[in-house]
Amino acid sequence: MSVDRQLLSGNEAVALAALHCGIALGTGYPGTPSTEILEVFSELGGRAQWAPNEKVAVEVALGAAYAKARALATMKHVGLNVASDPFFTAAYTGISGALIVVSADDPGMASSQNEQDNRWYAAAAGVPMLEPSDSQEAYDFFAEAVRISERWRLPVLFRMTTRVCNSKTLVHPSMPVLPAPGTAFERDIPGRVMIPAYARAAHRRLREKLTQITEWNETSALNRRIAGEKALGLIASGIAYMHAREAAPRASVLKLGLTYPLPMRSIRSFVESVERCVVIEEGDPYLAEAIRAEGLAVESKPPMYRFGELTVGRVRRILARDEAPEPAPPRGKPPSLCPTCPYRPVFQALKDLDCIVAGDIGCYTLGVLPPFEAMDTCVCMGASLGVGLGLRHALPPQEARRVVSVIGDSTFVHSGISGLVEMVYNPPTTGHVVLILDNGTTAMTGRQEHPATGRALDHEPTGKLVIEDLARALGVEQVDVTDPALNPDGFRTLLQDRLASGKTSVVIARRPCLLAAGAIKTYERAAAEKCKEDAE
Amino acid sequence: MDNRVVNVVIAGLGGQGVLLASDILAEAALRAGYEVKKSEVHGMSQRGGFVASDVRFGRAEVFSPMVPEGEADFVVVLAEDQVDAARPFLRPGGQLLTPDWIDGKALSNRRTLNVAMLGALSVSLDFAEAAWREALTKRVPGKYRDVNDKAFAAGREAGLRRRD
Repeated sequence: MSVDRQLLSGNEAVALAALHCGIALGTGYPGTPSTEILEVFSELGGRAQWAPNEKVAVEVALGAAYAKARALATMKHVGLNVASDPFFTAAYTGISGALIVVSADDPGMASSQNEQDNRWYAAAAGVPMLEPSDSQEAYDFFAEAVRISERWRLPVLFRMTTRVCNSKTLVHPSMPVLPAPGTAFERDIPGRVMIPAYARAAHRRLREKLTQITEWNETSALNRRIAGEKALGLIASGIAYMHAREAAPRASVLKLGLTYPLPMRSIRSFVESVERCVVIEEGDPYLAEAIRAEGLAVESKPPMYRFGELTVGRVRRILARDEAPEPAPPRGKPPSLCPTCPYRPVFQALKDLDCIVAGDIGCYTLGVLPPFEAMDTCVCMGASLGVGLGLRHALPPQEARRVVSVIGDSTFVHSGISGLVEMVYNPPTTGHVVLILDNGTTAMTGRQEHPATGRALDHEPTGKLVIEDLARALGVEQVDVTDPALNPDGFRTLLQDRLASGKTSVVIARRPCLLAAGAIKTYERAAAEKCKEDAE
Repeated sequence: MDNRVVNVVIAGLGGQGVLLASDILAEAALRAGYEVKKSEVHGMSQRGGFVASDVRFGRAEVFSPMVPEGEADFVVVLAEDQVDAARPFLRPGGQLLTPDWIDGKALSNRRTLNVAMLGALSVSLDFAEAAWREALTKRVPGKYRDVNDKAFAAGREAGLRRRD
């Protein structure tokens, strides 16, 4: 067997491509299904770092790309919501190097709070978008994304989905290494400073670039036609293409790789070449709506197939216009809080004290399940603080005093800090209690570091954010640190007292995640030994 | 085997080594000269919940990385209480491999059940022994190699007994 074929996940393929493309800096925030990209990039020798959140990641990558570097920012789909502010205006300013933003969407919500379709972001921001269908394409398209980004000096959205990120398929890593350019700062005030007068011209420049890319895309090898029967034509991109090929092996297929801006002349010629044309796409009818807006008669899937992932079986049913209710997919044991999770006493206390819990994103969200059912809201990263405060403001005092915001350490650093500022600035009349579950890791996504662990992505020591010091400095009236597993009764008494106090309060429940504790000790020992060596 | 794609689903609970087992199987299929894809979902499922991983291989191109519903030729289950949950993946006439195939006493470490089940499955596949050996070498860390080799052999024996 030839050794140059490797079985790689889409995430691993992107990491390898990033290395071969001379990506100078990869940054992002952990989020399933995107997390492994930066971890593998780092293992391969690339420079990778976790940012506190996706907005900061895109901004750091943007700065690097202003300095002519090739930069990568990775995130899950909802992460792009957080990063959307710089993302939109980066399309106006453009860049000098390359900027690739990976959005890993999660149709079917294997591990997410929604199944938003981030292809709309490309159209909304005017950012070119590539959609690989397997790991080979993840590898090949990434290099193409870098070329497009450098040629048109625009950020590129690299849109993946759960099955492309996590599936392992064969890759020939045949790409010649693209030599990385030298970095330099070139002053371009009208190009980079988006005051209205400069931004108006920048918007026109962006649209002009997109017109050029549309024309280029008409003949780009990123889109392919697979010859087949005239009776049925399929238009597909991403993983849907794979399902489509299998469900209808004899159909003609137009496979789209660069899905914003779309090559409408090629699409028109394909649609006109077949008798029946069906758009096969997962999630929203993004392609179907764009194609129909051109006056082309294509079939879209029935609305029921907008929900969840596509499969070969579902594509067969779409083609058969089968709208009968689908059998429920096999369901085994649902996930749950680890049986020995040290935060179980926390959820027991919240339940016993009949708290109204504004929750957040992380494995502790599983506290919503029996036996605790100790969570009442969960919206997005950091929302526990704002939602908890809003509940406090609106509810009558005796009810308001039951409200607690519960958030993990990594989530708090990601986007809880501004909520804490809000609590100090607009305190509810009953005060408020923010409970930070500090297990010393980003547990849900596979135990990544974050600024409050004091270790970088590669687990080496770095500057450390001390959450209690931050809370005190912001002006929170009461700040406590406690170990809920060591003293569950003490934790309950403290929580009860703080709920009754009428003051603003932060309670940090600190105990390392059991799954991470061993590794944390190893990192700490290594750091201590290094310290000793340096001193000697 | 002919040009048909062979579909395998490996299922169990988070922490049982479902993903490692499917990694080894995919790697062995690659070394046996097949086109191969494998797919699973990471994340929430790791918290002790049900995990299933799909491996598909064949002489011709494999398109979807996911085994179509009810089309698995083999369903390998690592957890007794998840057998019913995994059964619907199986095609009519397909083979269900359950953990009771492996005598607990045959394994020095119950954590190697995943590799033992691959041994049992290996009886029904035409991979050369070298393909399995190389796949184990690639995917199993050196210090666990010996115990996993033994588990694979025990599983293969159990598979052979079932077939006879």
